[in-house]
Amino acid sequence: MSLGTFLQHLANGISLGSLYALVAIGYTMVYGILRLINFAHGDIFMMGTYFAFYGIAVFTLPWYLSFLLAIVLTGILGMMLEAGAYRPLRDAPKISILISAIGASFLLENLAVVIFGGRPKAFPTPRVLTDVVHIGSISIQNLTFVIPVVTIGLLIALLYLVHNTKAGMAMRAVAKDYETAAIMGVNVNKVISLTFCIGSMLAAVGGIMWGLKFPQIIPLLGVMPGLKAFIAAVIGGIGDIKGAVIGGFVLGIGEIMLVAFLPELTGYRDAFAFVLLILILLFRPTGILGEKIAEKV
Amino acid sequence: MKKKLATVLSLILLVSFVFTGCSGNKASSGNGSNDSSVIKIGVLEPMTGANAAGGALEVEGIKLANKLYPTVLGKKVELVIVDNKSDKVESASAASRLVENEKVSAIIGSWGSSLSMAAGDVVKNAQVPAVAATATNPLVTQGNDYYFRVCFIDPFQGKVMANYAYNKLKAKKVAIIQEVSNDYSVGLAKFFTDAFKELTGDENAIVAVSNYNTGDQDFTAQLTNIKAKNPDVIFAPGNFTESALIIKQARQLGIKAPFIGGDTWETPEFIDIGKEAVEGATFSTFFTSEKPITKESEKFLAEYKKEYGDKEPSAAAALGYDAYILILDAIKKAGSPDPVKIRDELAKTKDFPGAAGVITLDENRNAIKDAVIKEVKGGKFTYLNVVGAN
Repeated sequence: MSLGTFLQHLANGISLGSLYALVAIGYTMVYGILRLINFAHGDIFMMGTYFAFYGIAVFTLPWYLSFLLAIVLTGILGMMLEAGAYRPLRDAPKISILISAIGASFLLENLAVVIFGGRPKAFPTPRVLTDVVHIGSISIQNLTFVIPVVTIGLLIALLYLVHNTKAGMAMRAVAKDYETAAIMGVNVNKVISLTFCIGSMLAAVGGIMWGLKFPQIIPLLGVMPGLKAFIAAVIGGIGDIKGAVIGGFVLGIGEIMLVAFLPELTGYRDAFAFVLLILILLFRPTGILGEKIAEKV
Repeated sequence: MKKKLATVLSLILLVSFVFTGCSGNKASSGNGSNDSSVIKIGVLEPMTGANAAGGALEVEGIKLANKLYPTVLGKKVELVIVDNKSDKVESASAASRLVENEKVSAIIGSWGSSLSMAAGDVVKNAQVPAVAATATNPLVTQGNDYYFRVCFIDPFQGKVMANYAYNKLKAKKVAIIQEVSNDYSVGLAKFFTDAFKELTGDENAIVAVSNYNTGDQDFTAQLTNIKAKNPDVIFAPGNFTESALIIKQARQLGIKAPFIGGDTWETPEFIDIGKEAVEGATFSTFFTSEKPITKESEKFLAEYKKEYGDKEPSAAAALGYDAYILILDAIKKAGSPDPVKIRDELAKTKDFPGAAGVITLDENRNAIKDAVIKEVKGGKFTYLNVVGAN
């Protein structure tokens, strides 16, 4: 393999990995604060993509406005989901909330089939973002630069929010022990609602980036990215926001390299992600950046 | 408060159930399954999922034919449309539903060879004939006396495209990117490979074979490998869904080689999603509106225009239409809605004038037909050439 081909593979891997990372941040954030695996995250992601699509295709908004509106709407949808499917079960056993999350996921998917139709739609792609730059023999889409920048930017903003603001402090308090936090005067409902809002907005950003990179959207669009982002979050150490980004890159680059160097294993590409998940759970259950379990005891 | 929420939630759930329930069974009137005043024909198609656009095209043609020929033997023909969700397991159970609960006399479908093959055993065991409109893999009808089709098969299609690559595009080296989980794609790639190697006399004429899975969206790794091999032409048999993305990503990676493919590309979504990237993509298909072949073709074209406006009729719609009128003809000849008698009449089909050409079924229940080559030009499918069956 020539150097040019290898660098091209690397660029492809970074581009895919940053997408996984973007979706994984939202996943891991909700988990970090509520200890809840929000299996509907992938479908929220899909909804965000469709909102952006309709903004441009039906309401003919300029793309940036449509994207912004879609992100806000998805945030509201996330808050509604939390209020409808998770809040009533907050004091129920954890497994009930998990099942409720799976139910919410199916509900969103089927609603999308009914509302948006089952046929694939072409996601509108503004030229600025999809044009290609050629560096030597390597071809890189503008998006390949944009997505990691957006991912890292959001990561920094999120870390700032969690560690340096009052809302972030409340989030961390709720994460530690939400009953005590409530006694100490933290409005738990508001904090959790905010968490879901931000998590869903991140999902929408991920969905829009996904739509730009793979401009074909169907109602089941969120299923695989949702699972992959979950795996990325586990690899990085679920609950840890920086870990999610690292996990996303590991998974994305790993997948591309698998196809690149072992083409005969291409059919097992998705299986690779799950095998990686199993290995991580077996040998380093808390992930790359995960906290040590002993500390919690 | 909690109770109220629970009520609201269950209401939402109920409403969504009712909705999905309706869309699945629109054509069925829901009266008893043994109503003797109607003859039921099952339509097994992907209405949702990755192949939904293809299924929708076939249904378009079937519904049009049903509108033009609504009765047979003095009875109303009722279409029972079921959605196999682009899923093999779902396809088998949907076919069971048609033969067991709906007691249909015959089945049309499905779009996609894999989905049709999944239903193969069901129709064989129930002894209900099925007519596929566009499923081209030889295995669909092989060893199954109850499966028929009104289109040609892949060994022929593979040869047509190999000839096209070799003679017209002057290709010496070809790369293949195939959908490994799809019988249609793997079959077509194999027949193309055999024919192309024979034409060039070069065992190494296929420089790369890359795989992908149904539903994949990122093909950059496979395409980067292909780019390194520098092929003259890339053959990409597979569904329009993935193919449009493949071609798009190939162009972004700076691959300039022309893309050629099979009949599944002919859906509006292929151009919608591929946009300027799919300009110049060529593929073989069954039918073109620019060359009406029979009287039935002219009727089909005129009626299609009335029904669907200025939309270009696709091959899948024409073949769906043909599958319906062929079954109706068989019912008429059999003089009864009995599935076994219909099967026997279908097997005798010879020189039957359909919208997409004259249908004669060979001993393996496959239609022998000419292939049409089309190109994407100016955002439209344009007719290039007809290639004879012999």
